Amino acid sequence: MTVIGEESAGDSGEAGMPGTGVVPGGDDAYVPSQRRIERERHKRARARRATAIAALSTLVTAAVVYLIVVDAPGWPRTKETFFNAHYAREALPKVLDGLWLNVRLLLVCGVAVLVLGMLIAVARTLRGPVFFPLRVLAAAYTDFFRGLPLIINLMIVVLGVPALRLQGVTVDPVLLGGTALTLTYSAYVAEVFRAGIESVHPSQRAAARSLGLTNRQALRHVVLPQAVRRQVPPLLNDLVSLQKDTGLVSIGGAVDAVRASDIIVGRSLNYTPYIVAGLVFVALTIPMTRFTDWVTARVDRQRAQGGNL
Amino acid sequence: MHLAQRALRRAASGATVALLALAVGCAPQPEENASPKASGTGAQTCAKGKLATKTSGKLTIATDEPAYEPWFKDDKPADGKGFESAVAYAVAQQLGYGQSAVVWQTVPFNKAFAPGEKTFDFDINQVSISAERRKAVDFSPGYYDVRQAVIALKGSKAAKAKSIADLKDVKLGAQVGTTSLDYITNVVKPKQQPAAYAKNDQAKSALKNGQVDAIVTDLPTAFYITAAEVTDAKIVGQFENQGGTPEQFGLVLDKGSALTPCVTSAVDALRKDGTLAKLEKQWLSDAVDAPVLK
Repeated sequence: MTVIGEESAGDSGEAGMPGTGVVPGGDDAYVPSQRRIERERHKRARARRATAIAALSTLVTAAVVYLIVVDAPGWPRTKETFFNAHYAREALPKVLDGLWLNVRLLLVCGVAVLVLGMLIAVARTLRGPVFFPLRVLAAAYTDFFRGLPLIINLMIVVLGVPALRLQGVTVDPVLLGGTALTLTYSAYVAEVFRAGIESVHPSQRAAARSLGLTNRQALRHVVLPQAVRRQVPPLLNDLVSLQKDTGLVSIGGAVDAVRASDIIVGRSLNYTPYIVAGLVFVALTIPMTRFTDWVTARVDRQRAQGGNL
Repeated sequence: MHLAQRALRRAASGATVALLALAVGCAPQPEENASPKASGTGAQTCAKGKLATKTSGKLTIATDEPAYEPWFKDDKPADGKGFESAVAYAVAQQLGYGQSAVVWQTVPFNKAFAPGEKTFDFDINQVSISAERRKAVDFSPGYYDVRQAVIALKGSKAAKAKSIADLKDVKLGAQVGTTSLDYITNVVKPKQQPAAYAKNDQAKSALKNGQVDAIVTDLPTAFYITAAEVTDAKIVGQFENQGGTPEQFGLVLDKGSALTPCVTSAVDALRKDGTLAKLEKQWLSDAVDAPVLK
């Protein structure tokens, strides 16, 4: 829609009053000119018209799509198989029960992934010959776990590790599955962090060092804050991806949202529960995606303002 | 004009494709082609060795991989060893297809009775006949009356269970999409959520590694697992049939398959002449009885 009062400067005087321009000199008794009022009325009318047209065209499109879908051959069967209200009602509570497991996994693994990823990224970017083995190890780790298919990783950890019967190692499929997810995703996130660290201009580090900061202090106070801020959008991307992949821990028998729907499908041979579980995941992901967009836009705005010299 | 013509052409070609699709039996198939009731004769439709099979002159039989003992032997369904392999060949024989005319195909358990066109003539994979599955596929009459059994590691709390109530607070597991899992949720109703595995192998290894206290499988499988695979496990007991009707394994055919009446009469004949009982004795004699959990 149209922006109202675009001529007003950043700090608005009386909020909600369109067109409160701030006059240099701070005169409170600002009266918008007749012409301005006219112009804004015109703009509002235009906006209303645009909204009406958009609504109408949306309605028409929806009606057309609806008719096409409903008239398509096989629609009744599709509806029965994929959009069956009875099975949707049965599946939803069970899927939501299972989803709680996905959410918990996401929270715990998310934190673990961020911490581990940061450690690996820092290890890879350490300077000095003494750290060579550490750099090699970190590089090997990221290469291996980025290349290893997640499903194989999960099978090895969730199904294979318990067979070792190691003292003190858990056999809980959820914990094992979370471990596998953390291994893979920390490799992704480490690369994201490393790209961020390397994108900070060397002059920043040089300037910090010239001010007498040690290497560690320069990293901690100058380089990492900039690196992390820049990498927020791709990090959130990985988080969204992790959220969807939590469903894969069900191979260990744990009943999450995906497996809960699977159980009902297996018994009923009706595929509505899959749709329900899928939509629930989508509903969970959309806010995160929007949040990602918002953060990205905000970071861009900050960068665009040219705050840094 | 030009555009309209093109649209017309496109619609026509689309319709052709749809018709072709219809012809080869992709969705949307006509609802419910009434399969003629097997009258036991069916001579004209069930000419020996000349059925309308997927590959003419061959009978395509499907099962999952791995094919478990005692239903199959050494994961080789084609060698006629194991109860289901033997039954499959006996049915083929009845239909007029000898050993050499049988082709085996791998189809995952859950896929065998899922809706949709089938790539096999029939599937034999310990699929229990149920009303819900009947909506999606055709079944032959049952060729084996099955009981579900509980397996637990010896010495565990679950192994001492004498009744269903004793199983309420143990961690149970079974394969997804099986009646075994239904027994857990509907009969035992445990306090903890049962673990659901994609394959029976995973349920077995979970039991072995102590991730679950007990698993539920059908009785012959349970006997085989405890005898050969997880030897430190024992059969705790078997369940009574739900709803008083015996649970049966049936051959799975495509919904409205032309072969259903023929396969039906073949299985009926094998039951009548004692072949099924003989094969059961030969391959599943271990699966005698286990204490019934009430």
